[in-house]
Amino acid sequence: MKILVPIKRVIDYNVKARVKADNSDVDLANVKMAMNPFCEIAVEEAVRLKEQGKAEEVIVVSIGDKSCQEQLRTALALGADRAIQIDSDAKLGSLQVAKLLKELVDKEQPNLVILGKQSIDSDNNQTGQMLAALTNLPQGTFASKVDLEADKVQVTREVDGGLQTVSLSLPAIVTTDLRLNEPRYASLPNIMKAKRKPLEVIPAADLGVELTSKVKVLKVEEPSQRGGGVIVESVAELVEKLKNEAKVIA
Amino acid sequence: MSILLVAEHDNSELKVDTLKAVNAASKIGGDITVLVAGLNCSGVADEASKIDGVSKVLLADNAAYEHSLAENLGALVVDLASDYSHILAPATTTGKNFMPRVAALLDVEQISDIISVEGSDTFTRPIYAGNAIATVQSEYAKKVITIRTSAFDKAALTGSAEVVSIGSEQNAGLSSFVSQELTESERPELTAASVVISGGRGMQNGENFKLLDGIADKLGAAVGASRAAVDAGFVPNDMQVGQTGKIVAPDLYIAVGISGAIQHLAGMKDSKVIVAINKDAEAPIFQVADYGLVADLFEALPELETSI
Repeated sequence: MKILVPIKRVIDYNVKARVKADNSDVDLANVKMAMNPFCEIAVEEAVRLKEQGKAEEVIVVSIGDKSCQEQLRTALALGADRAIQIDSDAKLGSLQVAKLLKELVDKEQPNLVILGKQSIDSDNNQTGQMLAALTNLPQGTFASKVDLEADKVQVTREVDGGLQTVSLSLPAIVTTDLRLNEPRYASLPNIMKAKRKPLEVIPAADLGVELTSKVKVLKVEEPSQRGGGVIVESVAELVEKLKNEAKVIA
Repeated sequence: MSILLVAEHDNSELKVDTLKAVNAASKIGGDITVLVAGLNCSGVADEASKIDGVSKVLLADNAAYEHSLAENLGALVVDLASDYSHILAPATTTGKNFMPRVAALLDVEQISDIISVEGSDTFTRPIYAGNAIATVQSEYAKKVITIRTSAFDKAALTGSAEVVSIGSEQNAGLSSFVSQELTESERPELTAASVVISGGRGMQNGENFKLLDGIADKLGAAVGASRAAVDAGFVPNDMQVGQTGKIVAPDLYIAVGISGAIQHLAGMKDSKVIVAINKDAEAPIFQVADYGLVADLFEALPELETSI
C-alpha cells in the first residue's frame, strides 16, 4: 500500500494576514510560513497507517518554488519516506493544482491520497474533491476517522448535522478534518535523518498541464471593521443593554 | 443567463440555506432552476417550488441520491449543466463536498464561499480566515459557485414554480453509505439560529457546557463552541464555529470563555450584536464585542440565566 500526501506551504496559522497598501493581494513579505495545519494532519495520518503496518510507503508532494522544500523536509522529519517538489512559481488555482496532482497520481499509482480539507490562505476547500473527480476516484472528505482495509477504506466524515460514514473502493481520496488526529512534533534526530531522505524536483512544465488561472483577482481589501464596543460592569447592566439598547432579547 | 441551484435538504425538509442561496442567485439575475436530488423527497420539491424567484424545480428522486454522495450527485449535476450559465450551491458540508467535483469535470475553477454578487461574473469572498476580502472575476463561460449563506437574507416563500421530475440515475458505484450519527437537538441549527451562545476553552470541560444550555433554552438559541473547545474534546465538531467549522451571523452572538483567536472570529464576526464574557480583560474577543463583561463565567452564567 502506497500513500500520497500533497501538502501546502502557507502563512503560519498564528499570523494575522495584512492586505497590501495597493490592494493587489495579501502581504506575505517577511511573514512566517508553515505547513498548512490540515496538511500536517494528513501527513500524521499517513505515517500512522505506515506505523500500523497498513502502508509501506508515504510520499509527500508540494507544488511551489524552492521554498516549499522546507515543508517537504518537515514532512520527511515527521515520517514520510520521500518527497517530490513540483517546481512552479506560478500563482495556481485549485483546478491547476488538482491537474498537476492527477499527473503525479497517474505516475505513482498510490492506493490512497490524503490531503488537508482546506488551506488556511485561500480557504477554498476544493483540491481533494477536484483530484477525485479528475482521477475518477471516490472521495471521503472532512474525515475524522479512517479505517483502511485491503481493498476499501471506511471514512467517518464531519458533516453539518453530525457524522456520516462512507465506504470507498480503493484507490481513494481522503481529506482531513480537525479531529482526525493530533500531529506529532518532529524530533531532532528525525530532522537530521530527513535531510538525507530523497527529494525529487519535477518542473511543472514537464507535466503538460495548462497552468494559467482564469479567475482574476481584481482587488483584495481589509474587511469592514466593527465599531468599538463597551465594557459593562455587571450581568444586570448587560441584560439591560441587550433589552433596551440593542433590542436583541425580549 | 440561467442558473441551476442545488437545494440543501434532508429528504424531508428544505434547509434555510437554500432560501438564502436563492436570494444570492437572484442578485446574479436570469431564470433560477432549483434541483432537489434525494430519495422520497417530493415534499422538499413542493416546498422549493414556493421560493420567490424560482422558475422551475427539477426533482431527481432516486436511491442513488439519498445520502448526497458526492460521486453520484456530482455526476447528476454535470449531466444537467449544459443548459445553465451558473451552477450554484450553498457552502454547506454537502455543497463543499460535491461542487468541486462538478467544477473539475466541467474544467472550470470553482469560486467558493461568495459573500456578495458584484456582477454576473464578479463576486467577493473572504480569504485568510476573513482577514481579507477578495473580489474575483471568472472568465469561464460557466460559473461554478458556492454561497456563504450567512451573508444573504432568506428569499420569501410566496412563489409557485412548476415541479418537473427527471428520471436520471447516476450511480458511480465508487462509494456507498454506511451509517450516520446525527446530533439530536430540540434547539435551532447553528447556521439558522437568530441567537447563538458559544463556549470556549474557558468552559474547562464538556460537563460545564450545561451552563450554556439553560440560557440557550430561554433565548431559543443554538449552542456553539470554539475550535479550542472542540480540540480539547469538550464537545463534538459539529458545534464548531470558525474558519473551518460553521460560519454564523445571528442577531445575537454570546461568546463565553472564548479568547477570540482569528480562526474563531472568522466564523462569527458578522453577527449583528456580539457579547463577550471572559475573565481576561485583555482577550482579543473584546475587540470585536459590542458588549464585554469581564467576569468569571461560572458566576456570570447562572446569574445571566436567572435574569433573562
